[in-house]
Amino acid sequence: MALSREQIAQRVAQELHDGYYVNLGIGIPTLVANYVPTDIEVMLQSENGLLGMGQFPTEDEIDADLINAGKQTVTMAKGASIFDSAESFAMIRGGHVDLTVLGAFEVDVNGNIASYMIPGKLIKGMGGAMDLVAGADNIIVTMTHASKHGVSKLLSNCSLPLTGKGCIKKVLTDLAFIEIKDGKFYLLERAPGVSIEEIVKLTDGELVVHDNVPEMQF
Amino acid sequence: MAGFDKVVSSYEEAMAGLEDNMTVIAGGFGLCGIPENLIAEIKRKGTKGLTLVSNNCGVDDFGLGVLLPDRQIKKIVASYVGENAEFERQMMAGELEVELTPQGTLAEKMRAGGAGIPAFFTATGYGTPVAEGKEERNFNGRDYILEESITGDFAIVKAWKADRYGNLVFRKTARNFNPLAATAGKITVVEVEEIVEVGELDPDQIHTPGIYVNRLILGTFEKRIEQRTVRQSSHNSAE
Repeated sequence: MALSREQIAQRVAQELHDGYYVNLGIGIPTLVANYVPTDIEVMLQSENGLLGMGQFPTEDEIDADLINAGKQTVTMAKGASIFDSAESFAMIRGGHVDLTVLGAFEVDVNGNIASYMIPGKLIKGMGGAMDLVAGADNIIVTMTHASKHGVSKLLSNCSLPLTGKGCIKKVLTDLAFIEIKDGKFYLLERAPGVSIEEIVKLTDGELVVHDNVPEMQF
Repeated sequence: MAGFDKVVSSYEEAMAGLEDNMTVIAGGFGLCGIPENLIAEIKRKGTKGLTLVSNNCGVDDFGLGVLLPDRQIKKIVASYVGENAEFERQMMAGELEVELTPQGTLAEKMRAGGAGIPAFFTATGYGTPVAEGKEERNFNGRDYILEESITGDFAIVKAWKADRYGNLVFRKTARNFNPLAATAGKITVVEVEEIVEVGELDPDQIHTPGIYVNRLILGTFEKRIEQRTVRQSSHNSAE
């Protein structure tokens, strides 16, 4: 069965390592914070200028001067630091953030990502996404494998305007965990109960499937 | 006003000299750390044809959004917009020019502008619509685009605390773009929650030195929250 949003987040959380500085995008990526293994320490970076983001505040703790990049009120974790936006993106562009997790509309076999703009529809902007995909080495894209109408989001060539070129190596969808290299998708894992045939059918770009693709473990 | 004392006593005085068609750089992220009373003064003055440089453009009735109904903004340079209906309407109708700029590039444009650096290379935006018309160059096997810096006729800034010389301290994530905006204005105007006497701030704890600040005013702030998000108990969950 296809993974729920929570299960996608849960599987991404397995890619966290002790001592990682991590930037989580809006949507499913935000949920990853709920599944950090208890035996490791990670620090969340919020690009509006906070390293060491804590949980949401209680009613009493709400502070208008303390928000995350999604403009939600937050708290600071122990050991947090605050800085301006240029410093924040120096961390991101300088490759100091260990893992970035963000959503997308489309990803293709060359590691291109489209995530901010659908021509003809309202364009709200890229925010920090272009900086994050250009600056991070270790990126996981989370998205549904295909649209509600069964149109693949894993393509030979992105059809929408790009957020970044040649920068994505890993994609976790509701059906599969996929690696991108040498201009191809490689099927690393499949969601429990999802057949390889179904994944192949919903993957538009070239997909390499080795024997015995394991199911994801939770 | 004497010596290094930057304090002015009215918002009219704070924004004196702002004229039609000028460029204004504003600090703030969403509605956090925005110079809300300086924005209100621009609305009151009715200055038109402004180019605004800011990460966002406020909401319908707060922040930079209040400058939209009277069509005071000609162009906005921002990374994320459209949290308000009037903005959307003006953008779709072609009445408002929008230059979408990646957030880190926008911050660096302000920083570079304030530091006398005319342009810089960045990998951000390479191969995307942002790169159109820009010089590209390869350094050590990686592709970059040339981005020009930004300076403003005015910069409007919100800080937490200042001394009379304009040395500034920001509070929590209300810092965001404010220290960068402060460096990039020909005239930098700062509004704060508290002004202390010179010597009261620890020099080691000053975020923005007073050299960048031209005018300083004491204000009171609404500090509206855009996404009030709370957790119910001490349960360890982000939702």
